[in-house]
Amino acid sequence: MTGQGGPGPAGGPLIEVRGLRVDYGFGPDAVHAVIDADLTLASGMVLGLAGESGSGKSTLAYAMTRLLRAPGVITGGQVLLHGGTGPAGEDAAAGKAAPAGEPVVHAGTIDLLAADERQLRELRWSRIAVVMQSAMHALNPVVTIGAQLTDVLQAHRVRMGKTDRRQRAAFLLEMVGISADNLRRYPHQLSGGMRQRVMIAMALALEPAVVIMDEPTTALDVVTQREILTELAGLQRQLCFAVLFITHDLSLLVELADSIAVMYAGRLLEQAAASDLYRAPRHPYTLGLLRSFPPLHGARRPLAGIPGSPPDLRTPPAGCPFHPRCGFAMDICRAQVPAAIPLGAGGRSAACWLHDGTHGVPAELAVPEPGLRSPGTLTGAGAVAPAAARDAARTMP
Amino acid sequence: MRLLARKLPFYVVTFVIAITIDFFIPRLMPGNALDAVLAKAGSQMGSPQALHALEKLYGIDNPASLPDQYGQFWANLVHGNLGVSTSSYPTPVTSVIATALPWTVALVGAATVISFLLGTGIGVLVAWRRGTWLDSLLPVTTFFQAAPYFFLAFLAIELFAVKLGWFPYGLGQNQLDYQSGLAPGHIADLLDHAALPALTIVVASAAGWMVGMRNQMLTTMDEDYVLIAQAKGLPKQKVIWYAARNAILPSVSGFSLAIGFVVSGALLTEIVFSYPGIGFVLYQAVINHDAPLMQGIFLVITIAVLAANLIADFAYLALDPRTRQEA
Amino acid sequence: MAVSMTEPAVAAAGTAVPLRARRLRLPRSPKVLTGLGLLTVFLILAVIGPVIAPYNPSADLAASGTPQPPSAAHWLGTTQTQQDVLSQLLTGGRSTIVVALLAGVVATVIAVVVGVAAGYLGGLADDLLSMLANIFLVMPALLLLIVIFGFLPASSDDLLIGAIIALTGWAWGARVLRAQTLSLRNRDYVESARITGESTFRIIGWEIVPNLLPIIASSFLFTVLYGVGTYTAIAYLGLVNIDPHWSWGGMLFWAQSVNAQVNDYWWWYIPPGLAVALLGTALALLNFGIDEFINPRLRAAGLTRRRARQAGIPRRFPLGVTPVIRAPADAPAARPPADAGQVGTR
Repeated sequence: MTGQGGPGPAGGPLIEVRGLRVDYGFGPDAVHAVIDADLTLASGMVLGLAGESGSGKSTLAYAMTRLLRAPGVITGGQVLLHGGTGPAGEDAAAGKAAPAGEPVVHAGTIDLLAADERQLRELRWSRIAVVMQSAMHALNPVVTIGAQLTDVLQAHRVRMGKTDRRQRAAFLLEMVGISADNLRRYPHQLSGGMRQRVMIAMALALEPAVVIMDEPTTALDVVTQREILTELAGLQRQLCFAVLFITHDLSLLVELADSIAVMYAGRLLEQAAASDLYRAPRHPYTLGLLRSFPPLHGARRPLAGIPGSPPDLRTPPAGCPFHPRCGFAMDICRAQVPAAIPLGAGGRSAACWLHDGTHGVPAELAVPEPGLRSPGTLTGAGAVAPAAARDAARTMP
Repeated sequence: MRLLARKLPFYVVTFVIAITIDFFIPRLMPGNALDAVLAKAGSQMGSPQALHALEKLYGIDNPASLPDQYGQFWANLVHGNLGVSTSSYPTPVTSVIATALPWTVALVGAATVISFLLGTGIGVLVAWRRGTWLDSLLPVTTFFQAAPYFFLAFLAIELFAVKLGWFPYGLGQNQLDYQSGLAPGHIADLLDHAALPALTIVVASAAGWMVGMRNQMLTTMDEDYVLIAQAKGLPKQKVIWYAARNAILPSVSGFSLAIGFVVSGALLTEIVFSYPGIGFVLYQAVINHDAPLMQGIFLVITIAVLAANLIADFAYLALDPRTRQEA
Repeated sequence: MAVSMTEPAVAAAGTAVPLRARRLRLPRSPKVLTGLGLLTVFLILAVIGPVIAPYNPSADLAASGTPQPPSAAHWLGTTQTQQDVLSQLLTGGRSTIVVALLAGVVATVIAVVVGVAAGYLGGLADDLLSMLANIFLVMPALLLLIVIFGFLPASSDDLLIGAIIALTGWAWGARVLRAQTLSLRNRDYVESARITGESTFRIIGWEIVPNLLPIIASSFLFTVLYGVGTYTAIAYLGLVNIDPHWSWGGMLFWAQSVNAQVNDYWWWYIPPGLAVALLGTALALLNFGIDEFINPRLRAAGLTRRRARQAGIPRRFPLGVTPVIRAPADAPAARPPADAGQVGTR
């Protein structure tokens, strides 16, 4: 019952974003909203995408699925959606280069940026689903909940009969903890939390391989937020779909995500396993973010923010976008944009000149990663698998 | 349902006010104007008693007080007595109206439905295919919207009736070869005569629906639920339907204003084509200073418009589930 | 714990940013410029029309006869009493435009007073004023006007005619303004003005009305448009003085009286009708411009037809599929650019 090809080998790459570039507008006035983004979403894993408002995280996510609204334009890169095991999956896992512009790279892998409307339509929702921030606006106000659940079934599962569709819709609602009576209700008749659950149920209707969640709980009160996130985690473990979780709240991701990518001014500054990021950040921006909220345990420490404010994307600073606010900025930071420097074999990276091997790394950015047997090494051996790291983080006090 | 109950007093009040205005119009006229009306009436009716009765009706030489006259007016109304037409004395006003009304209802009813469907349909298309040649339709339709109804009627006559000879110049049916009843020949004749007036009304009013619907569609297409519909990989027609279903709501609720314009336009069109509907009869009444007939027509049309508004309100209730429940 | 930057609630389509925060940009859309140009021409005509008319429009040069088609002596031909059509057109312009403008001004003033009061004061005042507006809205305007003017003697008083027309045309503007005032009333800056004790008049005058200006302008244009059409209709029906108080509607009355459309006297009835239509089109185009100013979603953003063609990009932009335009350096050699996605204006 899963989408075409299935989610691929567990833990293997499901979506690979390579060098994605997204602009708003066109020509000399274009604003660069996403610049050279490289991201890998592994199947069955939760990848958190964190950043302030305007950092480009939503832009990145929507551009990946070609759902970005005008005046958004994708100006470069590839978004490879892998599917199926066997040669195609292995090729992709080996990082084999694909000719740009070809939609179908290998059997089972497709470049979303080169796909046409028909191909996209087939893939959408059956392999990639989206949960938006405000369910009030994302649900059609004049259509019943039931109809909004069954319309995807009608479109993608042609052989499903009407009663089967109804049954599945009822099952979906119950799966997210809502009574099936709500099938004939309208969105305005439900509470905010219920509507968000409906959105999640809707997203899972075709058992997609990936669910992209754009700040799904930001508009809710804290209690409902907690309930929904718990449910979400449960569903994710049960159905094994990958999640791209976008939020400005880093603390949520530390619990929920397997790995986290931090975005700033359109660039990905750091990517790491969740517990590694939390305990052993490598990028000054991440450090600043972590210091912006108090820990529940441990010694009390003064709360520091990050001085300054994010740059205007129309006139970004030269070199590293973060340098004006960075306590560790060096001359090279002001002149050249740092590429993402790999740290260790676990897919960890940080786009910071401090880690290029020629500079001394400040102590705050050199904390040994939890679970690492040899302390202190940066390019260190002994990288730990993400799932194990997450479990380790959970058992920590 | 509760929404409708709240609107009902409004309709009742409007009804009462309309009738009151109708009552006061002849009484508020400047003296010399009323004299002219009565003089004309007298010459047409030829009966001094009838003239005197009319004068009394308008408050001249009337011993009854104003409130009593008002009450009498209402009493007459309830009995379906709208007075006697002076220009076609002694035909009562009600029968003059009854003869003319079906013509207008058929013409305006059909033309309004067609123009609404056509206008909103094209509006959806223009919005969906933004950036194509369809966009250039907008200034063209603006022109048609701004041109007075009767001017379009003139053009229609000149082009289709005179130059091309496809349709008759005017009137409701062929006066010479008059067939009655529902004989197919008669129906064809009726349609033939109604074609140009209907065309005029449709062309002039569809433009308004089109522009409105286009703007509403463009706004709706930006909504999150339309993006989700796209993200769901639904077929294009379904996405358009989801959007249009929402976009049409303001048009339905704006129907009340539109009705006023369509009725006005229809009146004028009938006059140009000498189409024997209410509009044409009203025009004759004005020329002949037939006061009772003018009053009667004013009443009937206002009631019809109120009824149409009520229907539009029902339609809106049916289309927007958010109104059915007091939150 | 987290820094939460929730966006303010999505405003209803209609107002976005307070007017003062927006810079007033000169209109660049061809629609708006055409409208402005046409309107200016008409306004000039209204002033100098009767002065530059070559003949006296009411002068009967013959007792009867056939209308003459355009010639060197009479650029737009003559009526059946050999009056010069062009002179009638030029003279008639003034009355038509003056009545329409008057109707627009009076109706807009009433609409602003009623609409803003209803929206701001709320409660019983709102209920009563709304009911008043709805009553006028529901009653078919032309019908009322026909009956009123039918009972009145034929007038040549532009002010009176304009005022009566305005009485039937203010209700729509009032309703729109009331809706907008309601939404503005709950904005933060109005709330804070109220809390700091600013007088109601000041709040309405300084905080609310300036932000309603685009809508007021649009409502004014709409009402003038309505005034032109209605006055022309009234004159066409012969309900007001049509000679010597010339108007375009009056010309149509006289043309109709000799069945001009059947007898093919096109030079007689097409100019006045066309004039009304063009004036109306100018107003409607200006209204489009204001619509786009108010509601940015209606604007074509960024890419104009010419620029797109220059960049070699096809214009259609399918909804729901973000276009992919690669810079020439990365364009794949094997595939033609058309396959890489399409882009167009918004």
